[in-house]
Amino acid sequence: MEKYQVSLTINNIPVTVEEGSTVLDAARKVNLHIPTLCNHPDLKVAGNCRVCVVEIKGQKELSAACATPATEDMEVFTNSRRVRTARKNIVELLLSEHNADCTKCYRNGNCELQWLASEYRIGDHVFHDLVKEQEKIPDTSSWSLIKDDSKCIRCQRCVRTCNDLQDVGTFSVIKKGKRQKVSTFLSKPLKEVFCIDCGQCIVRCPTAALSEKANYEEVWDVLETGKHVVISTTPAVRAAIGEELGFEYNKHSDLKIVTALKLMGFNSVVDYGFFTDIYIVELCTEFLLRMKQAQANEGSAKMPLISSGSPGWVKYAAEKHPELAGNLSDCKSPHQIFGAVVKSFYADKKALDPKKIITVSVSPCTAAKAESANPKMEVNGLKDVDFTITTRELARMIRQSGIDIERLPETDYDNLTQIHSGASVLTELSGGTTEALIRTLYELITGNELTPELLKIMPLRGQNGIKETVMKFTDVRADWDFLEGKELRFAVVNGTGNAAKFFGTLPEKEYHFVEVMACAGGCIGGGGQPIPVSAELVKARSSILYSLDEINGVKKSHDNSALQDIFREFLKQPGSEKAKEILYKEVPKVN
Amino acid sequence: MESHELKRIDLIFSNYTTSKYKVLERTLQRDPDEIINELMDSGLKGRGNAGFPTGLKWKFARRNEAETHYVICNANESETGTFKDREILERVPRKVLSGMAICAYCTGARKGIIYLRQEYAYMMEHLQNELNIFHQHVKEFNFDFTVEIFLGSGSYVSGEESAMLDSIEGYRAEPRNKPPYPITKGLFDMPTVVNNVETFATAQVIFRIGAEEYSKLGTPLSPGSKLFTLSGDTPKPGIHELELGMTLQDFVKEFGDNNTKAVQVGGASGYCIPQKLFAETVIGFEGIPTGGSMILFNNSRSMYKVLHEYLRFFTEESCGLCTPCRIGTQQLLKGVEAVKKGERPVSYIDVLIKLALSMKSSAKCGLGQSVANPFISIIDNFKEEILY
Repeated sequence: MEKYQVSLTINNIPVTVEEGSTVLDAARKVNLHIPTLCNHPDLKVAGNCRVCVVEIKGQKELSAACATPATEDMEVFTNSRRVRTARKNIVELLLSEHNADCTKCYRNGNCELQWLASEYRIGDHVFHDLVKEQEKIPDTSSWSLIKDDSKCIRCQRCVRTCNDLQDVGTFSVIKKGKRQKVSTFLSKPLKEVFCIDCGQCIVRCPTAALSEKANYEEVWDVLETGKHVVISTTPAVRAAIGEELGFEYNKHSDLKIVTALKLMGFNSVVDYGFFTDIYIVELCTEFLLRMKQAQANEGSAKMPLISSGSPGWVKYAAEKHPELAGNLSDCKSPHQIFGAVVKSFYADKKALDPKKIITVSVSPCTAAKAESANPKMEVNGLKDVDFTITTRELARMIRQSGIDIERLPETDYDNLTQIHSGASVLTELSGGTTEALIRTLYELITGNELTPELLKIMPLRGQNGIKETVMKFTDVRADWDFLEGKELRFAVVNGTGNAAKFFGTLPEKEYHFVEVMACAGGCIGGGGQPIPVSAELVKARSSILYSLDEINGVKKSHDNSALQDIFREFLKQPGSEKAKEILYKEVPKVN
Repeated sequence: MESHELKRIDLIFSNYTTSKYKVLERTLQRDPDEIINELMDSGLKGRGNAGFPTGLKWKFARRNEAETHYVICNANESETGTFKDREILERVPRKVLSGMAICAYCTGARKGIIYLRQEYAYMMEHLQNELNIFHQHVKEFNFDFTVEIFLGSGSYVSGEESAMLDSIEGYRAEPRNKPPYPITKGLFDMPTVVNNVETFATAQVIFRIGAEEYSKLGTPLSPGSKLFTLSGDTPKPGIHELELGMTLQDFVKEFGDNNTKAVQVGGASGYCIPQKLFAETVIGFEGIPTGGSMILFNNSRSMYKVLHEYLRFFTEESCGLCTPCRIGTQQLLKGVEAVKKGERPVSYIDVLIKLALSMKSSAKCGLGQSVANPFISIIDNFKEEILY
């Protein structure tokens, strides 16, 4: 049904918008900037901060542009005396409640409140400082997040993110009046409450009230210890880091980043894609073994197999869906596999003492920080990943080192890991792990070349909350004859916010594989990525990764020749005892 | 401005014991549009203090088609110095229930809710007994309508109608963005009429005596009578039903202690009127409206303390959702304290008045918007007391 159009004027400029649009939408349509704070494109309208107030002719009071529907013949003024006075007062009020230690602040230079303060030239601090001393002590108990209430401006973007978007509910508003604040269950420290470490609150926080637990200083330190420091950056990190550093990603960026990391003192830069290919091959093996087991003895293997590569999702599942524990894949995530393989195979090949190797993972994910701190994530008694830093932290390190990436020459990745498949790049996108899995699965089962449709499984792409595809296998190899003519159903849950809906209906449908990513869009929209974030930005970043797959000659993980080497020389075969020891979370039960 | 002499009226509490829902029974025979027209003719405006024409509210709600409608009785009586709804619910609950039922009949609601202030929990048993009798009667009238009591959690802002809806839905009581208004999208997104206890009781009175009779009382802009709750320095504290439209001078002559220096009309969110303005101030929608609260101050009172207490009240009772109200109230309080102590110059008061005006124009709901009323009226009229 076609929507009605409404015509109005903003600062006497006529504009026509669809019915249901807000005054803010209408203003943007004619390129008029109205400042906002609590408003965020990914979140429900709140109308709390009142920074966006405008004057509407005939209305006694001002109206919040973000929350007021545009109506026919409305006359809006965005910059009248009354509006400016109110707006300036509001910004002043927010600053009086805010610990404005800007020069010491993590978000200095990238803070929405700071921008507003400079726009309205707040210099004289008219009002009383309301920041309470006890609020200045941040909650640093979590592995991934730091919550600093003295920086909080109560816009509640984090509350809406955590509840509406992620369906986690770590944060809620407590008390009223001057005591009102964003808090956790019973105001406990973050490590004692349910939080999946996804960091989606961080990327939507306008100030530094929420930030990641930074580890980059420790990384700088370790670079001077004489240890062999190996670093990996994920494709999502490389696709987005330019947003922080002010350059646009191009085909040279990856290898320029390698040069930068070398210049910064890392001994070795490995290609994350190589480890992801190992992950996909193992995941595929696990899938087929489970299918076979389930076939031989119904109920002995839990189906569907559910991905566990997203640590935020793993934590979410443990809390909210404990019944799925047996369905979750036993494979470590690619990020942990990186650490584990470097401290085993890589150490062997390079004749290095694994104890003297330090692994640093640069991840778009804040939950990866918590994941690598998990004592179960180890190989031969050594932590898989010693330090996990986010895209933002790496950008900071690069800035601190004074390197201009764009002017650097290119350097190859470490020779053991120089090859990755297009499939490996997809795994950081929602639906991508499933696509990568299907590429390997199809060839393994049928022995046939992939059809073009299977190289781009459109139903699994895009930003829908739940995506599905069905595959029918014919002409299967003898080993897999039980799959002949069978339809395999794959589902993708895009963000934990859609998990309850999906797993609520699970018993009705038979699925074989379900991929869940904690963050909408996948790792590319992770909580460690550059700020700001929005569905639109995630889409733009995603298209970089899709194009990287398209230009890659190696489409399938199992075709990666470097991967074939490691299996031949070290892991023997997928699913071997050796593989389980290194690549699986816990030593699996003997059948 | 039209005004007249002070006149005591006895409509709300009178004519009760004999009334066995006769007015309701009779009214339910009538055509809903005709009922609404009569209510509009009576000129009744919301008795909570906002003064929205009640008939119009019902008409809008009736016009909005939906799966179901709700009728809510706002009994979160929290304005400082107001205690009339408590008396109405204790003494004449059937009038309120009749008003609600007639509203439900007109708007198509099948369910009503009394949002009862936490502090009135003691009334639950009494009200539930009344509800049982009421439900029996409406059944006999073949009218499908049930009323439930929802006990609030004890916050001032729950009296704001949209915050009340959130509270009933199980969320924190925080005001919603308007539009949409409750009559379009209210409780559980259904069209909802929210009226004050006294408004429903008065509606019953109007259907008993007729709009024509009722509108003979009061003035054209403020027809009828209403309950006033008197407190402070008065020898006659308590509840008095008076015709609307008297001057404050007549009021003080009747209720003052011969030493009245100011009257706070409308509670903490209302206006402070000094003695010099008594003669020209009309109590009603043409002058200063009130939800009932009339607090008299005599010469022994410090207006600084009065203002300080109101501001402290607001810093506690703001829900904290929007910036102007959450922080503005704190800054006004700290500001007047600082000026009083000499920590800030006298000119800082002007900064605060500007701030109060900003709060009035930009706060999300009536609570934050109304802080400027007592603030500016007390400062304007008692500047010396505030500053020195």
